[in-house]
Amino acid sequence: MTEQNTTVQRPLSPHLQVYRLPLLPLMSITHRVTGVALAFGTLVLAWWLAALATGPGAYAVFSAFMMPLGGLALLGWMIAIAYHFCNGIRHLIWDTGHALELESAEKAGIAVLIGWGILSVAMVALALFFWAT
Amino acid sequence: MAQFTLPKNSQVKKGLHWKAPADKMGESGKTRAFKVYRWNPDTGENPRIDTYDVPVERAGQMVLDALIWIKNNIDSSLTFRRSCREGVCGSCSMNIDGTNTLACTKNLDDIRGDVGVYPLPHRPVVKDLVPDLDQLYSQLASIEPWLKTDSPAPSRERYQSVEDREKLDGLWECILCFSCSTACPSYWWNGDRYLGPAILLQAYRWLADSRDEATGERLDALEDPFRLYRCHTIMNCTKTCPKGLNPAKAITEIKKMMVERRG
Repeated sequence: MTEQNTTVQRPLSPHLQVYRLPLLPLMSITHRVTGVALAFGTLVLAWWLAALATGPGAYAVFSAFMMPLGGLALLGWMIAIAYHFCNGIRHLIWDTGHALELESAEKAGIAVLIGWGILSVAMVALALFFWAT
Repeated sequence: MAQFTLPKNSQVKKGLHWKAPADKMGESGKTRAFKVYRWNPDTGENPRIDTYDVPVERAGQMVLDALIWIKNNIDSSLTFRRSCREGVCGSCSMNIDGTNTLACTKNLDDIRGDVGVYPLPHRPVVKDLVPDLDQLYSQLASIEPWLKTDSPAPSRERYQSVEDREKLDGLWECILCFSCSTACPSYWWNGDRYLGPAILLQAYRWLADSRDEATGERLDALEDPFRLYRCHTIMNCTKTCPKGLNPAKAITEIKKMMVERRG
């Protein structure tokens, strides 16, 4: 950046504060957020496997965490992975150079949202079914 | 690192309310509020949002018409860039109604309610609606946006087939208003190292040119975790482009060229 002629520090113009985010950027942010959430979920998965290998005592601690707090989080991670998976497919299609026009990208986005809805409902219903039985 | 909030000296304060002079009012007496970002380097105070009541009959058709009317009739200190007033020069790009666009081609009828006018986002402000674009110009220079050849110059111009020329459509039309780059969250957070959509579209314009002989060299310069690969297909660039161009697609084409040359 070139030197400023004024002695005053120039302000930074507003960005997130004023920008109206349409569907495509909102879906991009959601992809990032679900990705971060899933990274934490993977830690719990590792804990589960480690507890399983360690023995009944360690597994009891893990079970105490999972019921009900972790169990609820697990439902959240299911919804997150459903989104990350569906939108990940859209990213793969984008990487081939397709669906990059505004219209086709938005259509693909709506398809992702529908797929996410179906997958989430199916996964959560299955989970609750096995939980109950 | 991404900072989602504004620094202390950039936080926007409530500003003045300017009414249209009585002798300039329209027949209906109706006015429309323009909420405009103001910052004066001479006072050193925080930026503020001033409200201007513009008579609907005087506002004109486009946002730029209204801004010029405000400058001529209410507040001559209002500062903004403009030149061609017909979407060709790219000077009057700003954030209007939450989206970056050209003030001269943004129809007032397409905006509901009050008209919010801000400078292009996440740039240092020189004054009012004038952002500092130096970083973008130097990044443009860094991609060497001119025809590069090794072969000796022919006695006439370098020919290009009609088909090869068509590959440049959707690229040459860019007027460098930087609406796209300043709409890109990746560019907001990493603009010092990521080139951003406007510059990468220009980079692809030369990569796609059949007459250019520096393709490999150009790709080498872009092969970098930040310069090219900070694009995450957020597509705010394509959404906001006032010329209807598609920087997101151009960036993907560059990424594809990177993969293809690896074989």
